[in-house]
Amino acid sequence: MNRTLRDALITFRRTPLLSALSITTIAFSLFAFGLFGLVALNIRVALEKLEDRVEIRAFVADSTGPEAIAAAAGDIAAYPEVATANTVSQRQALARAQKELGDFRDVFEGATLPASIDVKLKPGFRDPATVKRVASRVRAFSFVDDVRYGEEWIEKLHRLRDVAGVAGLVLGLAFAVVSMIIIGATIRMAVLARAQEISIMRLVGATDAYIRRPFLIEGISKGVLGGLFALLLTYIARTVIDRYLIQTVFFDQKVAFLGLLFGALIGLVGSAFSVGRHLRRV
Amino acid sequence: MIRFTNVSKIYPRTGTAVDGVTLHVGRGEFLFFTGPSGAGKSTLLKMVYMEERPSSGEVRVSGTSSATATDGEVAKLRRKLGIVFQDFRLLDNRTAEQNVAFALEVTGAQQAVIGPKVARVLTQVGLSGKGTAYPRELSGGEQQRVAIARALVNDPFVLIADEPTGNLDDRATRGIFQLLREINAGGTAVMMATHNLELIRRQEFRTIEMNRGAIVFDSAEQTSRAKLES
Repeated sequence: MNRTLRDALITFRRTPLLSALSITTIAFSLFAFGLFGLVALNIRVALEKLEDRVEIRAFVADSTGPEAIAAAAGDIAAYPEVATANTVSQRQALARAQKELGDFRDVFEGATLPASIDVKLKPGFRDPATVKRVASRVRAFSFVDDVRYGEEWIEKLHRLRDVAGVAGLVLGLAFAVVSMIIIGATIRMAVLARAQEISIMRLVGATDAYIRRPFLIEGISKGVLGGLFALLLTYIARTVIDRYLIQTVFFDQKVAFLGLLFGALIGLVGSAFSVGRHLRRV
Repeated sequence: MIRFTNVSKIYPRTGTAVDGVTLHVGRGEFLFFTGPSGAGKSTLLKMVYMEERPSSGEVRVSGTSSATATDGEVAKLRRKLGIVFQDFRLLDNRTAEQNVAFALEVTGAQQAVIGPKVARVLTQVGLSGKGTAYPRELSGGEQQRVAIARALVNDPFVLIADEPTGNLDDRATRGIFQLLREINAGGTAVMMATHNLELIRRQEFRTIEMNRGAIVFDSAEQTSRAKLES
């Protein structure tokens, strides 16, 4: 094992520039993942907070009797997605509006606001599709005039989160492919530089697995180093955003570890592919 | 121990290198392969350590068949063979000791075993005082001795030597040949390809002459025929 590690380190010494380049590209690949992942994560956290406030408000026609409204609220509360369905009378609606407006409460002096059924959904049912589905069911009641549920911003936030996720994935994968190619090139040089040694190894009975091992370890260590570098870059980016733009959250340990693991995987795949191809030519 | 059964090797670009060879090499035998350049001697030896596989026919070496051997089985087989070349094939950045130890390291031998074994084979080849010298500090004959030590360190049952004296002067050639004889006397078979007819003439070892990939003369067959006729 000592020999394997020593051989793996030799390449770092022999081709420092290429080694640094491969570590940097892996770092950028994972940084792209990290940065967009961070955006997606923070949007998700924001969405979770906002989703607590997701509410479907069904405005009821003025002529509707309180019994009919109460009966409808009871029906709605029985939907599997619904946590609560509260009735809000005209007077309660006015009081709430005045409370919300504070200093401008005079605006509502003498006004009449429609009664409503305020529906809150259970956690896990607050995505745009479910909200929309429940809203259209509520709208089906004949005395419901209008249904509001802030559909635009919910959909926009979800879309933003998806776009950030996809952009991170696409950019990250593109960088990952470039990293694999660069790692492949360094391994190729390393294999060719050690061609004589490898041919002697074979003559004296070394297995291919034994010959391959240092190259694979080299690839994995470059991947892990790239991963650490990416983590550092992402952390710096997050700190800057946190300080100058908006408060953000960072990945937990598990996700950070997964990032390193992904770096190791890029290194392993890049080196395994290259060493397999070039050992055959030695 | 080593058996060639109707073996041919055809390269797509250069044509036939070995043509219908059938040959048996017994335990502890000493064999010379001779013939002009391109006669197929090296290809034949390469097929013993399965660097090349036959296009047709079969080579069996100590139970390993060229027809079925996997890469892993070839690697294991080579640990029981010693191989020596004209150009020594030593690693320039390693000392004589390290070059010999290399053959043990790559097969996963324990460090405690490596030191004494290396010292023993270096003594056997007459280089006990030169273990710390780098190849560039050694003469051609000495470099070939290091290569032979490396070939011997895994206690092979056969030593394959492809023109081992091709780069050496007469004195060094005699020294290396004497060493190969001693190794053979210890029970290791030796298969040696050479152009040096003078060397062959002075010995009574089995000699196989090749031409255009085929065996054109085998002294063992002649001897047995002579015995039958008498």
